[in-house]
Amino acid sequence: MSLLEIQGLGISFGGLKAVNDVSFKVAPGEIVSVIGPNGAGKTTLFNMISGVYQPGRGSVSLNGRAVTGVAPHRLAEMGLSRTFQNLQIFQEMTVLDNVLAGYHLTERGSVWADLLSLPGMKRRAAEARSGARKLLERVRLDKAAEQVAGNLSYGALKRLEIARALALNPNILLLDEPAAGCNAVETEEIDHLIAELAASGIAILLVEHDMKLVMRISNHIVVLDHGEKIAEGDPATVSRDPAVIAAYLGTEEEEPAHADG
Amino acid sequence: MAGRNKWISLGVLALLIALLPLFFPSGYYYRVGALIFVNALSVVGLVILIGYAGQISLGHAGFAGIGAYACALAPEHLGLHPALAVLLGAVVSGVMAALIGKPILRLKGYYLAVATLGFGILVSMVLTNERALTGGPDGMNVADLGLRGLLRDMGWRLSGGEFWYMICGVVLLIGAWLALNLFDSPSGRAMRALHGSEVAASTVGVDVPRQKLRAFVISAVYASVAGSLLALQNGYITPDVAGFMHSVEMVTMAVLGGVGSVLGATFGAAILTLLPQVLTVFAEYEQLVLGLVMVLVMIFLPQGLLPSIARRLKGRDE
Repeated sequence: MSLLEIQGLGISFGGLKAVNDVSFKVAPGEIVSVIGPNGAGKTTLFNMISGVYQPGRGSVSLNGRAVTGVAPHRLAEMGLSRTFQNLQIFQEMTVLDNVLAGYHLTERGSVWADLLSLPGMKRRAAEARSGARKLLERVRLDKAAEQVAGNLSYGALKRLEIARALALNPNILLLDEPAAGCNAVETEEIDHLIAELAASGIAILLVEHDMKLVMRISNHIVVLDHGEKIAEGDPATVSRDPAVIAAYLGTEEEEPAHADG
Repeated sequence: MAGRNKWISLGVLALLIALLPLFFPSGYYYRVGALIFVNALSVVGLVILIGYAGQISLGHAGFAGIGAYACALAPEHLGLHPALAVLLGAVVSGVMAALIGKPILRLKGYYLAVATLGFGILVSMVLTNERALTGGPDGMNVADLGLRGLLRDMGWRLSGGEFWYMICGVVLLIGAWLALNLFDSPSGRAMRALHGSEVAASTVGVDVPRQKLRAFVISAVYASVAGSLLALQNGYITPDVAGFMHSVEMVTMAVLGGVGSVLGATFGAAILTLLPQVLTVFAEYEQLVLGLVMVLVMIFLPQGLLPSIARRLKGRDE
């Protein structure tokens, strides 16, 4: 059974079809990667799935429920969590508070409890805090917990975003270029982390430019070019596909096709 | 960590309120102190709106006007006790804030500033023009709270200045306590998160428009209670309390002191309340000075006075 199902999804910006007629499925515990050249529409696709953009065409369903165009905070309640290609960190907050924000759905209560610091609020916040510290340990940021997040290095912020996304205890996680800007060691760590998460049953949808990483960990790969799905399959199949090779390396015949499109 | 900071902030504030009268050269300064606390209370409300949630209001004096005139009108026309009139003003302000904020806060950008600007001017115009009810620009008398008489009967004699100094100081402490509780609570974190990144806040499950509305309503209630206290202690109120300049004054106090910090906000309120008392010429150039302070703080101390000083001291320690 698929957890996330995308049917004919598309969106246009000022007449330009940024994403057109893309369909695929993600099952629990499966790692599905979306790859393609720059500007292929990968992040736009992520933004539609996570409710940041309203899709122009097609549908998204999560756990069998139609969720096309549903607001991001509602999708979060249904177990969908994501990270961002261009970091979206709460810069002025501490590292710990960033992860605690990820516990919003489990620690929130009435505003009166918050204003008056009632015991119920304190208990929920304490539970969230102990969970957040464990997650920070997992991404090796426990020592930086009280620092202001804006002071962290780029690689550390990438890991912080993953920790925050995991705080939601998601059943599907969208990772938008988690290894971008990371060195070889950090990339390997992220590689292990993703594999671990998938093994624990979380479905992973990944956008990544590091082809070695993608080929190593993906169960299934979807290739986009100019907003359209040009190929899909397991890593071995996709890497031999002539359309994929053409999209990445370019071919003589390809040029006029672009002029027509 | 944050929990300890809360008690330090509250302790400092309580000590200042308790010890300051030792240095007062005359009874008049109790009045000035009470005025500082009232202004600080509305500025603490703005810390929640601007500092936590990152939204700007240019019409908060409108809520102060509602609170003030609730205390002037409700006892006379509805036979309400002045203490209950404070509550009525707070409820009306909260409901008004919800009505204005609900449609506006769905939009991104500074629409709230424009909408509240209009709202503030509207309140001030109504208070000025409804002469039959409000006495127009001349203002109107406000009934006595009655508590001071009660205390006197119990054998505790306080001057008007001392009494209001105490009441406003206690209310400010309560307001600061609530705001500091909020800071380190799920709602406060959600507000600060959407301030940092609305899209990231929404993907972790924060209902962004709802949290913005919460901050706006809470801050409106702060301004309303401050307006009520002002009316009650003066025994007299004019539409100036709801005027645009009062709104700008509040924002300037918040920005000067440090919009992210409750203690800083109190500091900003103290400075800008004291200035016209110390320099009487300031009264004529008040608008000029407010504008200048705002511009200078934005350029040189974007974090506000107190946090910038604190940072510099900390930097020297290390």
